[in-house]
Amino acid sequence: MIRVLEPGLLTTVQDGGRWGSQDLGVPVAGPMDRVSHRVANLLVGNDPECATLEATLVGPTVEFLAETVFAVAGGEFELWLDEDPVEVNTARCTRLGGILRFGRRTAGARAYLALAGGIDVPLTLGSRSTDLASGLGGRPLCAGDRLDVGSGQSRKTVLGQSRKVIDLPNGGATLRFLIGPDVIRFSSEAITVFTHSRYRVGPNSNRMGYRLIGKTLNMADDSPILSSATPSGTIQIPPSGEPILLMADHQTTGGYAKIGTVITVDLAAAGQLAPGDWVTFEACDHGEAVAALIAIEQALWCLG
Amino acid sequence: MANIPPRGPDWRIRMAGDSAVTVDFGNVIDPDVNARVLSVATKVRSMGLEGVRDVVPSYSSVTIYIDPLCTAVDRLWGALEAALVSPLSGCGPSREILVPVFYGGSEGPDLDEVAGFANCSTEQVIRLHTAPLYRVYMLGFLPGFPYLGPVDSRIAMPRRSSPRLAVPAGSVGVAGPQTGIYPAVAPGGWRLIGRTLMEVFNSGLEPPCLFRPGDFVRFEAVSETCR
Repeated sequence: MIRVLEPGLLTTVQDGGRWGSQDLGVPVAGPMDRVSHRVANLLVGNDPECATLEATLVGPTVEFLAETVFAVAGGEFELWLDEDPVEVNTARCTRLGGILRFGRRTAGARAYLALAGGIDVPLTLGSRSTDLASGLGGRPLCAGDRLDVGSGQSRKTVLGQSRKVIDLPNGGATLRFLIGPDVIRFSSEAITVFTHSRYRVGPNSNRMGYRLIGKTLNMADDSPILSSATPSGTIQIPPSGEPILLMADHQTTGGYAKIGTVITVDLAAAGQLAPGDWVTFEACDHGEAVAALIAIEQALWCLG
Repeated sequence: MANIPPRGPDWRIRMAGDSAVTVDFGNVIDPDVNARVLSVATKVRSMGLEGVRDVVPSYSSVTIYIDPLCTAVDRLWGALEAALVSPLSGCGPSREILVPVFYGGSEGPDLDEVAGFANCSTEQVIRLHTAPLYRVYMLGFLPGFPYLGPVDSRIAMPRRSSPRLAVPAGSVGVAGPQTGIYPAVAPGGWRLIGRTLMEVFNSGLEPPCLFRPGDFVRFEAVSETCR
């Protein structure tokens, strides 16, 4: 069991996500950076989709109420276990009563704390993920919360070795995307503007989506669009013309024009962006998207 | 993978990013089109294809979420094409669900505006809203939120230009040709004409949703004295 001493800015429980109920309007949720979430789990010997804690911008302070193995992966934060510095992407043992403190953030926006056995909160519709938009799966952590930890690791712990699978964005990221169904609603000039502009992640961005600030895109055809499924990474253009990038807690369906979808691999980097960071978009094709995904899987496989 | 997904006379298959495939029947609200959407969704679910994570029907399209490392996209295209050209299959028996609604007052703060839009009395708005047997076209927006239609064109008032920050649970609203019920408190721009006490979504129940796509809904006005 662990106890939350300080919750940080926004710390939530996330597992692989609430799949299988999107037809009921239930969002998937899950980690913003799915790769780092899996790295944290693999380092401590868990199944890759066990529940971890997702820390955002300002990390938490937690007390371990049992001897255990833990790892923090993803965003780079200064970390201390009691008085000792701890590296990210490294599995460590802790004594009963050990206190893990997150300090200054140096890169990325979100870090994943995994414990051997996984965070064990009750399942809601098959998942432990906290969905902030719909309230399913609980709420952000508060000081004094105690969380159970499961038992049973499925693999060997990778102790003491620092591993890195994705490059963290440093102030911004170029995200590759596949052209979306509503691209025909835009003039070729608007598409050129989209792929040649630098956007900023707006202050109203959250786990549902990023509001991007920058050049507006005008639609040549703005006739109404019926609501349909909106996968993670969908880039919507609302009437204001400023793009919205849909992230983990996004609604299952939406009726804004979909100019494209960020490829799965690059959603990990997107999940490490903070408000104020820059974003550019680069078109790619399905083959490139899948090849990049295979490369990440191989890197993860070497880790586990 | 083959480069070009198959298409038919009134449908096309396209990728929605690298991890989802959509069958699109156009941009129409039509019960026959929606029945085909639900039929394809039912068939895909029953195929039990490896790597399929979610099957999400909407008004006139169905999106299949896949793990692109498990699912060969061209094989999925082929399976979808086979489902599209075979006879329609139902998605379980349709049910008719009666939803009692308090119209107007604090429960339906926009009832007067809708009456103004329709240039008729609030009683007439209630009559027009309770008359049809609405089809549940899809669930989306919020867990359990049913998209119902079509609404009588006289009361089909468009969304508010600025959404409310918190619409109470159970609120019944209109947005153009659509009507729906808010399962939980949420921001929203639909014109609120009433509220129901029926529980629309409960994640602890099986099934968690009161409605299924393909069901039918009739609203019934509950009088003041029942409160």
